[in-house]
Amino acid sequence: MSEHDVLNPGQMPQNPEKATLEGKNKFMGFWFFLGGEAVLFASLFGTYLALNDSTNGGKSSEELFGLELVFIMTMLLLTSSLTSVYAMYHMKNNDFKKMQIWLGITVALGLGFLGFEIYEFYHYIHEYEFTLRSSAFGSAFYTLVGFHGGHVVFGLLWIVSLMIRNAKRGLNLYNAPKFYVASLYWHFIDVVWVFIFTVVYLMGVL
Amino acid sequence: MPEKVSESPVQFEYEKQKRKEEMKQQVITFALMIIFTIIAFAMVASGLDKLFVIPILLVLAGIQVGFQLYYFMHMSHKGHELPAMMFYGGAFAAFLTILALAALVWW
Repeated sequence: MSEHDVLNPGQMPQNPEKATLEGKNKFMGFWFFLGGEAVLFASLFGTYLALNDSTNGGKSSEELFGLELVFIMTMLLLTSSLTSVYAMYHMKNNDFKKMQIWLGITVALGLGFLGFEIYEFYHYIHEYEFTLRSSAFGSAFYTLVGFHGGHVVFGLLWIVSLMIRNAKRGLNLYNAPKFYVASLYWHFIDVVWVFIFTVVYLMGVL
Repeated sequence: MPEKVSESPVQFEYEKQKRKEEMKQQVITFALMIIFTIIAFAMVASGLDKLFVIPILLVLAGIQVGFQLYYFMHMSHKGHELPAMMFYGGAFAAFLTILALAALVWW
């Protein structure tokens, strides 16, 4: 059997993302990476908690944040997490077309989230002159939430690249781990967001 | 190289059915996560006492993250022992980081 035949079996295995050694390694390594990401975000959260009262005479978190927008953003990201579960469900059923459709929906919801976040930052900067440089609170806020937003941008680019690159190839044992790992990344973005909306926004307006 | 490339179509159909059942659970998980989120936002909007609301918010966030990890990210499936260890190693370091930074500010 040539390598091509091995990677494109007639009958897909149950877990195509872990059927090859490379897939297994990717899966394992990626969870390790997520552990590192958790530490990275923890240091940003710790910084934010330390500095969120240092407003330098500017507006406090209570006066700045509006919960309506954050609620919509949370719903968008949470739903996009479910749609990427659907994408992986269809991947395991070896239904490439449906997987692409659900990934497309995930990307659309992620873009919606990103649009609201850009609007939010724009609003803070222009209406309240609350910027990265206005106070220690501003620096900590934009670094933490902006870093999460950066992860969203990266996740979207990642998923879109995978979708385009593999559009004509279809699903095989070579790219299944790639799709799976990207979906794990997307879930992790939602994990971080749960803490952001709880610690930064909800506890910020209390 | 793959270990188990071919699988009988019958087996595949059986697994497919099992995945369908699991997908239903995922949707239920999602509904619960939405409900928890709504509760969290509603509690903050209702203006209850801070010391009462904050612990509940943190518990709700913890449960939601657990759902995300164990159901959406499939950590409840077999073969996740080592990944779980690696992730929890990171989560432990994350906890220490926050603890250390909080302690520094406290002083």
